[in-house]
Amino acid sequence: MKIAVCIKRVPDSETRVKISSDGKSLDEAGVKFVLNPYDEFAVEEALRRKEKAGSGEVVVYSLGPAAAQETIRTALAMGADRGVLLQVDKIPADPYETAKLIAAALKPETWNLIFFGRMAIDDYHHQVGPEVAQLLDLPCVTAVSHLDIEGTKGVAEREIEGGIEVLEFPLPAVVTVDKGLNEPRYPALKGIMAAKKKPLEVKPVEPGAGSLEIVALTPPPERKEGKIVGEGAAAVGELVRLLREEAKVL
Amino acid sequence: MKTLAVLEQRDGKLRKVSFEIVTAARRLGDSVDPVVCDTTDREGCAAALAEKAKAGGYNAVVFAATATGRDLAPRVAAKLGVGVASDLTDLAAESDAIVATRPVYAGKALQKVRVTARPAVLSLRPNIFTPETQAAGVKPETLAVTSSGRVKVREIKPAPAGTLDVAEAQVIISGGRGLKEPANFKVLEELAQAFGGRAAVGASRAVVDAGWRAHADQVGQTGKTVSPSLYIAVGISGAIQHLAGMRTSKVIVAINKDKDAPIFKVADYGVVGDLFEIVPKLTEEIRKLHG
Repeated sequence: MKIAVCIKRVPDSETRVKISSDGKSLDEAGVKFVLNPYDEFAVEEALRRKEKAGSGEVVVYSLGPAAAQETIRTALAMGADRGVLLQVDKIPADPYETAKLIAAALKPETWNLIFFGRMAIDDYHHQVGPEVAQLLDLPCVTAVSHLDIEGTKGVAEREIEGGIEVLEFPLPAVVTVDKGLNEPRYPALKGIMAAKKKPLEVKPVEPGAGSLEIVALTPPPERKEGKIVGEGAAAVGELVRLLREEAKVL
Repeated sequence: MKTLAVLEQRDGKLRKVSFEIVTAARRLGDSVDPVVCDTTDREGCAAALAEKAKAGGYNAVVFAATATGRDLAPRVAAKLGVGVASDLTDLAAESDAIVATRPVYAGKALQKVRVTARPAVLSLRPNIFTPETQAAGVKPETLAVTSSGRVKVREIKPAPAGTLDVAEAQVIISGGRGLKEPANFKVLEELAQAFGGRAAVGASRAVVDAGWRAHADQVGQTGKTVSPSLYIAVGISGAIQHLAGMRTSKVIVAINKDKDAPIFKVADYGVVGDLFEIVPKLTEEIRKLHG
């Protein structure tokens, strides 16, 4: 079972967002970066698939700055076999440019499965996985919360509004994963030590200009100051009155 | 500007989000062609949509950022050789581009983007754009899907009857650790019922991780992003990851015993105290209004 996992280095969600002086990007000073949480599920799933198959290789790909090597090492410490960093100065604003570079890197090899997290928690794009699938002409299932693989056939479940969709698809395929698929392992000390010696190839790449430009990054509008209506059940009457007469939502 | 609006239906009826899409698409110009794909075959549907977008000379193709739209939009975009400006909460047409707003970094910042792709592929966050009344009369063309995809839908397991998806509900009552144990969610379910089919029960990450509630009900960064008219947070402290999923709600009510809980900072109305006294009283009052 040969599996690729595509991961992203993202700011930790606890990060205090400070906008940099260009008015368009995050000021990265003091920001802690982590492996995108959805990609942790992807790495875990890839490792489990390889373990179940009894043999194979899990290769981690990331497009990002030089510092994304650390993110790849995290995945290697979890148990992935080797990593490839598609190194850029800046992650392209247009996710399709990212998808093209990742697809080009994956294309020369033959994969049974290619995993992605369903989205990155920094830019919320939800799209690089299915775009890579399209570029490689592979079947794709997105936001998968349950997965069974038997031979060259997969069965996946995904949440849709009002239910769960059960899908069948042939391998090779691109699968983007949702929370709930598995419980990602913590890298053990042994894994962390081993990861330092695992191969990590750095390939500089040049993204195209794309057709999506970031014009500005601004703080969200402040919600207007709220009020404490009161304490305990005695405040409910006033709360209902405010919801009816002031907020007009009842 | 000529826009293709990709609508969603269920059981032969257009979903509310479809009217939002039509309304928002009109901001780009009067020429809006609504379509629906009458199939669950998303590869086939994506091929048909890309074909239609090219043949019709559209400037923009607009999707809803729903489970379906998020799956479909990038496939169509890649076929057209462009990316998706996804999860938009605002959009407008300029002479040579579309300018749009998207929340990023867990809703802690707004990114303003300029989309120069032709056609531009856009996905819009549900429950943000208020549907105009004229959108109600929309008659979408049903797209003929000719090619068949490699991914087959084996089955759709519907959610239990009578339950509303948090992503679609106009009122959400969410519970957190303050509920103390899973069985106590009954008090929130009773309050939801008092709203008569308009409300859903949501959950914080803590209680989903503890196995008290299904992941489908989780509101927040690793759950669903919701924007109901009324969000009632019960026994939820208000971690940043939770706020990421609900801060665009129109009205937020917080009920919590800790007056210093961060949830009160985003709430429009707060009640401090024992939720097991407050919520049943609220249920009673809502029943009176609807009864």
